[in-house]
Amino acid sequence: MSTTAIPAGTKWWSGGKSPFNASYGKVMMWYFLMSDAFTFGAFLISYGTIRFSVNHWADPNHVFNAFPFAGHANLPLAFVSLMTFILIFSSVTMVLAVHEGHKMNRKGVEKYMILTIIGGLAFLGCQAWEWTHLITGDHAVLVNGQIEHWGTTVSKNPWGPEVMFNGQEVATPGPIAFGGYFFGITGFHGFHVFSGVIINIVMYIKTKLGHFDERGHYEMIEKAGLYWHFVDLVWVFVFLCFYLI
Amino acid sequence: MSQHTISPEITFAPEHASGTKKIWKTFWILSIITIIELGLGLAIYNIHKGEHPNAMLVLFFKGVVCILTIAKAYYIVSIFMHLGDEVRNMIMTIVVPLCLFIWFIIAFLWDGNSWKNMRNTNGGSRPAQTEQVAPAHVEKGAKE
Repeated sequence: MSTTAIPAGTKWWSGGKSPFNASYGKVMMWYFLMSDAFTFGAFLISYGTIRFSVNHWADPNHVFNAFPFAGHANLPLAFVSLMTFILIFSSVTMVLAVHEGHKMNRKGVEKYMILTIIGGLAFLGCQAWEWTHLITGDHAVLVNGQIEHWGTTVSKNPWGPEVMFNGQEVATPGPIAFGGYFFGITGFHGFHVFSGVIINIVMYIKTKLGHFDERGHYEMIEKAGLYWHFVDLVWVFVFLCFYLI
Repeated sequence: MSQHTISPEITFAPEHASGTKKIWKTFWILSIITIIELGLGLAIYNIHKGEHPNAMLVLFFKGVVCILTIAKAYYIVSIFMHLGDEVRNMIMTIVVPLCLFIWFIIAFLWDGNSWKNMRNTNGGSRPAQTEQVAPAHVEKGAKE
């Protein structure tokens, strides 16, 4: 996007200037995001460790195969791809807002911030639907020789190996960690999306009030944008770890 | 392009691109990679549905999906987050620490696999079963 004409042989560390040619706020936002990447990484790797350590794990194509208003149709990957595209698209509108900010175009920033906020809210709505669907789901599970009906929660996993019972295939309880990891990690990500939406709303209001025009630059939009893209980046990995593999 | 003094810390003001071509190009790259990933996900689903799932093929597809995800991460960080436009010192302070993940992933997945072997052999006191207890994969259709 931007090119910086930097003279060759610039002595970055000779003092008197930022060796990173960036403002304090932006550098610190990057370091915060790096530490946040380690937090998410630790969660996902812990999930991977547990998944490697058990003999049976729920097949994501069976667990996540529903779509709103599609009834009981078997649509693996459909809903989560919708969520993924919503987030990619809101990332594009965010980067367009940053672009308009570089051009000092207040109207443009406002328009793209609104679109980004809508994208974030749409994603949160999708996640709320998915959670509700999983928690209130009704699956026959063979527990101690009796059929019980379970949803997917942090304490119940109806997606275990299947056995024959009264001439029917019926699932047994699966590793309890499944719900904890799924709701924990997507919840932590969802909370990041939620706080990203709040930050974007604040940025929208500040743009609307002309604060950035007074300041002479739209760097705050860039910093909010960094956070928002990070949320999208994390989703790329959550999508990989929970839905694809 | 007028020069805006963002802060005194910025010695060399960046010159921002005037068009949005690169942004849309990145959007299309990300979308196409995602569609390929979904295609591979569905392929894995169909292999699992089959009579004799080919474990090696599934593993191969999963590896491809992982590599595609890393490509997506590169495009998001480099283009959308503009890290590719920062000075090299800055890029290195972000990217080099993330190399810890290489050790992190290998070590912990190895550990998980070791737990599984212990679980299946009572800590090594009995030989591992050749077939795991998980019964044949049965297509359950939609919801019960």
